[in-house]
Parts: sequence; structure tokens; C-alpha cells
Amino acid sequence: MRSSRTSRYGLRFAALGYLFLILAFPCSMILYNAFQDGLAPVWDALTDPFFVSALELTLLAVAIAVPVNTIFGILCAIAVVRHPPRHGGWILNAAIGLPLALSPVVVGLALILVYGQDGWFGTWLVENGVQVIFSTPGIVLATIFVTLPFVVREVIPVLREVGTDQEEAAWTLGATRSQTFWRITLPAIRWGVAYGIVLTTARALGEYGAVAVVSGRIAGETETLTLHVDEAYLRFDEVAAYTTSLVLAALAVLTLLAMNLFRPKENPDVDSRPAGDEALR
Amino acid sequence: MAALKLTFAVSFLVVLVNAVTGTLIAWVLVRDDFRGKSAVNAIIDLPFALPTIVAGLTLLAVYGPKSPIGVNVAYTRTAIALALLFVTLPFVVRAVQPVLLELDREMEEAASSLGARPLTTFRRIIVPNLMPAILSGAALSFGKAVGEFGSVVLISGNIPFDTEVASVNIFKSIESDDPEAAAAVSVVLLVFAFVVLAGADILERRSRRHDA
Repeated sequence: MRSSRTSRYGLRFAALGYLFLILAFPCSMILYNAFQDGLAPVWDALTDPFFVSALELTLLAVAIAVPVNTIFGILCAIAVVRHPPRHGGWILNAAIGLPLALSPVVVGLALILVYGQDGWFGTWLVENGVQVIFSTPGIVLATIFVTLPFVVREVIPVLREVGTDQEEAAWTLGATRSQTFWRITLPAIRWGVAYGIVLTTARALGEYGAVAVVSGRIAGETETLTLHVDEAYLRFDEVAAYTTSLVLAALAVLTLLAMNLFRPKENPDVDSRPAGDEALR
Repeated sequence: MAALKLTFAVSFLVVLVNAVTGTLIAWVLVRDDFRGKSAVNAIIDLPFALPTIVAGLTLLAVYGPKSPIGVNVAYTRTAIALALLFVTLPFVVRAVQPVLLELDREMEEAASSLGARPLTTFRRIIVPNLMPAILSGAALSFGKAVGEFGSVVLISGNIPFDTEVASVNIFKSIESDDPEAAAAVSVVLLVFAFVVLAGADILERRSRRHDA
């Protein structure tokens, strides 16, 4: 068995070495580069008014995008699973997934073409004193767009899995629609929703491409954290760029922890189902 | 268009590398056992959680002009490939892992008891079983790689006709107030995104049908 052992260690070494070179090593450099000149510059970067306003804008976008997409995601998943369209279900599937596969820059362009100065709604909006592009609403819209699919895609499989038995039982016992939703459906899909919310938050915090196109990049006004990283790097303020990156990376690590907590396979609801459950049906 | 050609060529290479390394990593995570495995399993998702601009910056720190290991590939096509490898890392791993977990070991044992060598077992038994998962992971990687912007924009240098990818090209067109040019390239990416999604959808359905 010596040869199988060598090949096992060989494979392990290759996989871990690759992960180290492409993932672990670069990420550890954020820490090193942020603190390369000691603590004081890091503190300065963190108290810079432009950093603070970027942080506030990012949090605002997250605070709007996450609830909107959670509500939309649950409704959309219920619509897709419980009342599936007779034809062209795959088109709907593709449309829900589109923000995942589409370049964020194209998302930004699409928003400009619709809401920009010469866009479809743009002229009407400008006449009524609402500026979307190069302003906060545009950033929020872009964030909502790119984070649209996550809750839907996590809830759909869970909803398929739980089936309609319990809901039907609730109806026959005289529960109203809203009672059934709050007492039966929502508790059943809660882990899927939680996982979707985590993914949505991660993407909303880190979105760069779509936001870069629509923001106009006015420092202190329409600059998010990711744009602040870029802008600081381009004016050779490395410490500010890496410090902001460190903040974003810390948030990403928190997201990872949450992801591992809510990962669909590890939640007890699904694991405790008897293995033959699916086959019996 | 030079930018589109470059984007698709580099992305295709990246997807090939990903199909191999992703399967390898999934294999090691499922079949091997070592200390810290759960930590390794957790960091696989890091490229997904980490903002792309931060990913670009970190790669620039390691493989750029100030590289601590003396490797400077900044502003070359290698750098683009590196950035794309980083951001697409989780897709194949996460697609293959669950399939590998559920793969029946009896088939492999039967093959080896019938005298098949490990390599033959791998080629004839394991790879065919994993193929749908590898392909759907690869399709998603391809979609992501072709549209990638944030991680590429800092490290590629964006030299027209050399290291300028499609999304950067669109971005520059928008900045220089040329929405028609931007829209033209965008349409290609949009159509491609739909193709990728439809392809991944079909693959997923097919593998689900095999389960039933």
C-alpha cells in the first residue's frame, strides 16, 4: 500500500499548495501591508472622514438591499415552486440567475441606460428633481440588482424539499393564508432564508463593478468602501487602501463563519430526516 | 474585438485549470483526512465572500511590483488569469464535493477487486460519475470569469489590445461617454450569460434525473 500512500500525500500536497499560493498567501498580505507602517496610519485611515462616509454609504446600501431582496426572494421562490408556469420555466430560472452570470459592469450600464440623463425614465426623473445615477439611489439600485438571486436560489430547493403536506393540513384545519405562511411555510424555510441573507449581505458589502459605473465617485458623497479602496490605491495611499481592504476582509470572514453556520447541509432540520423519506413519497 | 477575444481565451484557459484543480481539491477534502481540514474547507468560499477589488489588491501585493517572493506579473495576461483563478476557485469545488460525498464506493471496490488499477478506476468509474458536476461548476466559472471586473481592473494594467478585458473595455467606453460602444460589447456578454445559465440549468436537470 506504499504507492497509494504516496499518491495520497502527493494529492494533498498539490491541493493545499495550490490553495496556499492562490488564496491563503495573498490574503495574509492584506494584514501585513495594512500594518506596514505601524498602528498610527491605520488609525488615521479609519478615522478619515472619507472612509467614514464610505462606510456609512455601504451600510445604507446593505440595509436597504438585504430586506428588499429577502422579501422579494421569499415571494418569488413561493411563486416559482408552488405556482410554476406551464411553459418556459427555464426562462424564468435564467432570469433569476442572470445577475450571477452577468458582468457587474453591464448591470451598471443597464441602469444608466434606463435611469441616466438620456435614459428611458431619466428625463422624467430629472424634471421631477430626482437624481438616480451618480447619486445614492443609483448605488442602492445597483446593489439590489446584483444581490437579487441569492435568497431566491437558496429558498427554492428548501421549499421543494418540504413539500405541501403541512400547508395542506393547516388549510384543512381552517388556517388562513397568512396564518399558514407565518406558522408553517416561513419556519420550514428559515434556514434557507438565513443562508440567502448571508450571501446577499456578503455580495452587497463587496459589490464594486456595478457601483463603480453608476456612482460617479464623489469622495465623501457617492463613494462606497470598495470604491474607497480603489481610489486610495490609485492615489498611492497604500495604507488607506489596505486598511479599508482589511475592514472588508474582516466582514468577509464574518460572512464565512455565518455561511458555515447556516450551510444547508449542516442544518439539523434536513439531516434529521430519515434517509428513505424521499424514496417513500 | 480584441478585448472580447482576450476575455474568452483567458477565461477558457482558467476554466480548464479550474476543472482539474477544483476536482483535485474536492477530492482531497472528501477522501483525505488531515488536521485543519475543516478550516481549509471553510476558506474555499473566501473568494466568494471577499470583495473582488480586495482580491485584486491582495494579488497585486503578492504577484505585483512589490512582490515579497520576487514574482512580478502585474500588467500581463498572466495576471488576468491569476485574478480569474482566484475569483472562480469555489465553483468547481463546491459543485463536485457533494457528488463525490454521495458517490457509492462499492463501484470503485468492485472495479479494483476485478483487477483495475487505481488510475483505471479513476478514469472509468469516478470521472464519468463526476462529469455533470464538473461541467456545471465549469460553466458557472466560465460565466463569472468572462464578466469579471473588480479583481482584474487593478492588476491587469488595462492596456488596450493587450491586457484589456471586455468588462474593463465597457467601463472605459462608459467613462468616455460612448454608451453605444459599451452597449455593443455588453450585448455579447449578456447573451453569453444567458447561454451559461441555460447550460448550467440543463446540466443540473440531467444530474437530478439520474438521481431519481
